[in-house]
Amino acid sequence: MMSHLSGLPMWLDILLTTLLAIGVAFAVIGSWGLAKLSDFFKRLHGPTKATTLGVGCVLIASALYFSLRLGKPSLHEFLITLFLFLTAPVSAHLLIKAAMKLDPALRPRPPANSPQPGESRDPHEQSSEGRGVATDLSGTDR
Amino acid sequence: MILSAALPWLTGVLAVALLLACYRLLRGPGLADRILALDTLYINSCALLVLLGIYFDTELYFEAALVIGMLGFAGTVVLSKFVLRGDIVE
Repeated sequence: MMSHLSGLPMWLDILLTTLLAIGVAFAVIGSWGLAKLSDFFKRLHGPTKATTLGVGCVLIASALYFSLRLGKPSLHEFLITLFLFLTAPVSAHLLIKAAMKLDPALRPRPPANSPQPGESRDPHEQSSEGRGVATDLSGTDR
Repeated sequence: MILSAALPWLTGVLAVALLLACYRLLRGPGLADRILALDTLYINSCALLVLLGIYFDTELYFEAALVIGMLGFAGTVVLSKFVLRGDIVE
């Protein structure tokens, strides 16, 4: 099963092992941060390292290995990296909004001279929904 | 030679990363922590599948990693949207 890995040149061997080790190390660092930190917003920072550097290094190693194995450049691994780079901010944003909805105590305090809930922030604004229903200070989702 | 000796160890270390995310999935005080742990599990599974693609010398596992990445993002978005709005498609 492993015979395909024995015929590699030495420089490629060491390079691939280094890249894979770095990628896996970042994945473990990200998960360790996720498991160990004490607050949700602190825990968000860990998996970002695993997503970008962890999967990125493993994919670079895979692209190198398969390009040199098949003889032609194989770049479709970078589709995963591109997809993760595009979608990681969106999922982080939605997760933060969900966390702030679930636990209102996590929201930061508003500044001292901001309008209270119930007053309109814009004197010319036409409100289409009842103000007494949603005391949601996180802004509109539209 | 170095790579064929190191790959089982790297797979094991990545499995430890998956177990740490499972710990947060079971422990997380609140739904948002569990959604975050699920998202991390999806991403680490992508890395594990690409690693296995090198191990087994086939390009098929990369396709599975791409699908898991896409579905993981879709799952995270759907769960967060459900928490925010109570409904997925409004």
